[in-house]
Parts: sequence; C-alpha cells; structure tokens
Amino acid sequence: MAEYAAEGESPEVLFFIGCAGSFDQRAQQVTKAFVKILNSANISFAVLGKEETCTGDPAKRAGNDFLFQMQALTNIETMNAYGVKKVVTTCPHCFNTIKNEYPSLGGDYEVLHHTQFLKQLLEENRIHIEGGSFKGKKITYHDPCYLGRANGVYEAPREIIKKLEAEIVEMKRCKKNALCCGAGGAQMFKESEAGKKEINHERSEEVNASGASVVAAACPFCNVMLNDGAAATDSSVEVKDLAQLIVEAADL
Amino acid sequence: MISSILFFILLVVGIGLFVRNSKKIVAAVHLGTSLPKVDRKKERWFQMLRLAFGQQKMHRNLLVGVLHLVVYLGFIIINIELLEIIVDGLFGTHRVLKGLGGFYNFAIATFEVFALLVVFSVIVFWMRRNLVRIARFWSPEMKGWPKSDANWILIIELVLMGLFLTMNAADYSLQLRGHEAYPLAGTFPVSGFITPIFNNLSIDTLVLIERTSWWMHIAGILFFLNYLYYSKHLHILLAFPHTFYASLEPKGKMSNNEIVTSEVKMMLGLPAEPVTSDEVSFGARDVHQLSALQLLGAYTCTECGRCTASCPANQTGKLLSPRKIMMDTRDRATQLIEKGDRVKEHFLLDNYITREELWACTTCNACVEECPIGISPMSIILSMRQYITMEEASSPSELNSMMTNIENNGAPWPFNSEDRLKWMD
Repeated sequence: MAEYAAEGESPEVLFFIGCAGSFDQRAQQVTKAFVKILNSANISFAVLGKEETCTGDPAKRAGNDFLFQMQALTNIETMNAYGVKKVVTTCPHCFNTIKNEYPSLGGDYEVLHHTQFLKQLLEENRIHIEGGSFKGKKITYHDPCYLGRANGVYEAPREIIKKLEAEIVEMKRCKKNALCCGAGGAQMFKESEAGKKEINHERSEEVNASGASVVAAACPFCNVMLNDGAAATDSSVEVKDLAQLIVEAADL
Repeated sequence: MISSILFFILLVVGIGLFVRNSKKIVAAVHLGTSLPKVDRKKERWFQMLRLAFGQQKMHRNLLVGVLHLVVYLGFIIINIELLEIIVDGLFGTHRVLKGLGGFYNFAIATFEVFALLVVFSVIVFWMRRNLVRIARFWSPEMKGWPKSDANWILIIELVLMGLFLTMNAADYSLQLRGHEAYPLAGTFPVSGFITPIFNNLSIDTLVLIERTSWWMHIAGILFFLNYLYYSKHLHILLAFPHTFYASLEPKGKMSNNEIVTSEVKMMLGLPAEPVTSDEVSFGARDVHQLSALQLLGAYTCTECGRCTASCPANQTGKLLSPRKIMMDTRDRATQLIEKGDRVKEHFLLDNYITREELWACTTCNACVEECPIGISPMSIILSMRQYITMEEASSPSELNSMMTNIENNGAPWPFNSEDRLKWMD
C-alpha cells in the first residue's frame, strides 16, 4: 500500500490478509491462491503488509473490548490515511469485524469477502475456467458462521462451485442450519470445554456422509478445524478453500 | 344483582393482580440498562409483523407451525367472546350480542371450530412433550417446575376449551328445550355433538352445568392471565414488544463501548470526546449490567429449547445450554424483584451461570438464528465474558496468551509483525 501511495496512485482494492492468512501455513496457501487470481485478473490491489494488525475479533469475542478497539482504531487510522475505499478479505472474521464493527469507529469501507469478490470476477469474465477439471466431481460446502448466519452470505460461495461445473452436494445441516466448525468466538485459541465430542469431529462426520470428495471452505479457522476433523475421522475428503479450487480449475 | 357484584369483584381482582404482576415485569426489565433507541421504525414494525404476528420462524416445521398458529389464532379469536362474557357478567344479561343475528351465529360457530382445533393441537403438543419425548424437552434444565409448568399450560388450555364447549352445549340444550332464559342464539357445530349427552338431565341440572362452566371459564381465563407471571408463557404478550426492539443489525455485529473508544483514542493520540459516566463498568456480572432488551428477552423466552437443540457446544456434550442462560437471567431478575436486598450477595455470574458455560460458546449464532422471536442468548454470554475479562482479568489462560500476543505483535499467535509478508517467500 505504501508503494502505491508513494506513487500517488490508489489501487482498486485493499486485500486485508489477516493474521491466519499471514502466518498459518494452510491459510498462507489460500493467500497465495487468491493473489494468483487477482494477478491473473489484472486487479490492482494492495496489502498493508507490516502495517496490518489483527482486526481484534478474537479479543472482542474473548471479552476484551479495549484491546479490540486498540487494534481496530490502529487499522482504521492506517486505512484512512491511505484513503482505502474497498476492502477484500479471505477471512470471514476479518470481514465481519471490518464490515460491521469498524464503521462506528470511523472506518467506513465497502467490504467484501473473497468469495463475493471471486463470484463477481467470474461473472464479469475476468477469470476464465477452462477444462472443467472438477466436472462431475462432488463438492460440499461448509458455511462459516461469520459469513453465513452472521452476515447472510450463503449464495456467493455456492455460485463459485457451480461455475466450477462441479456437483454441489449439501450436508444435512447447511446454510442457516449449518453446524459450526468449533473455532469461532476465540475457541480457536483454547482447548474446548469438557464434553462428549469435539465439534469439528461432528462436522467432519457430516462432511464424510455427504459423499463429496472435496469440502470447500471459506474461512482459515474452518479450514484448520475441518482438516483436523478429517484426520480424526480417517477421512480422505480434501479440505480446500474456494480460491484454491479456482486456481486448480483455471490452472493458474 | 348479587352475581353482577360477584363478577365485578372477580374481574377487578383478576385484572388488579395482572396489573401488579405486569408492573413487576416492567420493573425487572428496567433493572437493566435502557432499551435501544427506537430507530428504523418501519423495519421494526415489519420485524414484529413477520416474527410475532406471522410467526414466520415457526413454520420451518410445518406440523408444529400450523398447530402453533391454530392455538394462537384460537387464543385471539375465542377471546373476542370475552367482550360478551364481561358485558353479560356485569349487567346480568345473557348472550347480549345475539342481536347481531347471522353474524353472531357465524362468530359462535367460528369460536367453536377453533376451540376444537385448539383441543386437538394441545393434545398433539402434550404428546410431543411427554410421549414422543423430543430431546429438547428433556434437557437437564427442564426438570421440576419448568417441566411441569409446560404441562400445566397445556392442561389449563385444554380445560378452558372444555369449559367453553360444555357451556355452549348446555346452553344449546336449554335453548332446544325452550327455557325462557335461554332464547335461541348462536350456531353450535361442535358442542352440538355434546348436547345429546345432556338429553336425560333435568333443566335445573343443565342450568347448573351451564352456569358453572360459564363462571369457571371466565375465572379460568383470569387465573391464566395471572399464571403467566409465574410461568414460561409470557411470550403470548411479550413476543410483540421483544420483536419490535430486537436487533436489526447483522447477527455478527457486536457494539462498541463508547467509553472505551474515547479512552483508546486518547491513548493513540487521536482527537476524542471524553465520555463522562457516573458508573464505569464493563460487561455484566449481574442483571443490572445487562440491557433492558436482554432482560425483556429473558421474560419473553418460552423455553422451547430450539436454541439449545441447535447449539454445537450443547450437541457435543458441553455444559452450555442457551435456553438455560435465558432461564437463569429471568430467575435472577425475578429473585431481585421479589426478594430485593436480601439477595444482593448473589450474582448472575457464578450463582446462576457458570464460567464453564460461558467459555464453551463458539459465537456461531445458531441459537439466535433458531429463536422464533429473535432472542439472543449469545449476547448475554458475550456481555458476561466481557465482565470476566475486563473487570476481573480472569479469562482462561490460553485466551490471555492470545490477547497478550495481539497486544505485543498484532496477531493472536507469537509471530513478529515484521514477518507478515513472509508467505510471499
């Protein structure tokens, strides 16, 4: 972003990578895949890099509004200084926070989750999928809570799967009734409370029962939880983010 | 004359008690911080129309949706008859509205059909609760009073409908026999089938049955009105204000504390307006620190348990049950209203809701999505987490590490912010 600013230009969109996308190995692959797509579609985009800081989501859900607002106001200062208008993020938690909780702190942007952004690119023919490597394959989609119930985004990710010419098979609990992966509300960072079962194992059993060979994810936390769940249930179902699926299909 | 006076006393006592109970509920709700500012009025009215009048979310299960609608419509429609009952009771008339003729006959016939449908629905509901043993009716928090309360409500509704139909049947029977006090009035498509049972009874017995049913019916309605305060059934009234005030925001949105904003801005050297407040505290240890909307939700909750059935933590055997969060909140508020100062050393946190429950929540919003009348157990959980973290600094140690990482490195993991672009390598 600083480089664009130095040249007096402003990119079409700011890609807010998020902490998982920056540091988590699996999420880094999603970051790379999404960047590949952006480049192939000739989108001028920027990242905040070292100037980016956690949106504050896990702190807020763990009860620390002070730490949340420290993070939020820091990010807002940075983004406003660069005149950011449009933000895209590969993490539904970053998406929810920037979209819903930043405006009252002075951070008003058009915020898109990458599945919404990718759907637009596909519709505008800015990315082309040829060959149909997913043709006839069964893909199921796991709705992240912070994208689905929290913000009502159910269709964009499914539209992408349709564009891949894959067959969507829904799990028993999907869309509004989707079962959580177990990581939201700062659970990602702690062991779960005592119980009979792990939530992600329960979800992975549903993934396995769907008959799909791939489960499409759209959240770095779900991605981790579903991978762990697949291992725990001896499943061969692959867990892939929608951006990764597009990269495969378009052979980028 | 005497019966008019008796009726007047019954009515005044019944309504008087109801007013007293209503005041208690209003006081309990006002233990919390103020109700949200009423903005976007059109959307609020629409939300009330959709969720409370239209019962939109009840129709996800068609059978239950239809039966619930029947009981609800029956409740409203049959209670139109109350107008006539009150006039008759106060002025010693009998079926005073019979002058309406054809319309009166149509109205009575409609009430009867609804009464029968309500009887059918209530029996199905009782069977679902007690014989089919649907899991959400058998959770640990549904023992004792909450369980018997639910059954009492069904029994009272059944008895009220039974009395209404018996009263009509006896009345109709007396009309057929040409009793002068019972002129022909009304059409009785349902109780007409009960009438033949009365054929062998004497006129006096019939009058006794008719009068007894009439008195017990109105007394039963007034009893039920006052039973509401002690039961889970207040949703028949409170669903309307609750769906009006309930959040219109995306479910993922949490509000930002303005006092915190002001402090953080000052710390970061940003222009800030100082917010002055007499009492600065964060989050909720007790009902006083919850919002009036959260407390209204607690009184509106009818303990159906859809929230708990959909809760991923609950499904996987954790202690958390969103329904219990609402029940505890209401019990605590009622305890304060009923017993006042004597329970000051108690708190919602720890005395009612344990920390283990609060930390099991994944904030997935399934409970909020499920609630047919827009209650958010999750918001109470988050308010209480805020108290634990900001006032006591006693959140689980793993979360403390996570927050320390954010504070020091701007990420929940111990990675250096200098390395944020390392994925490019």
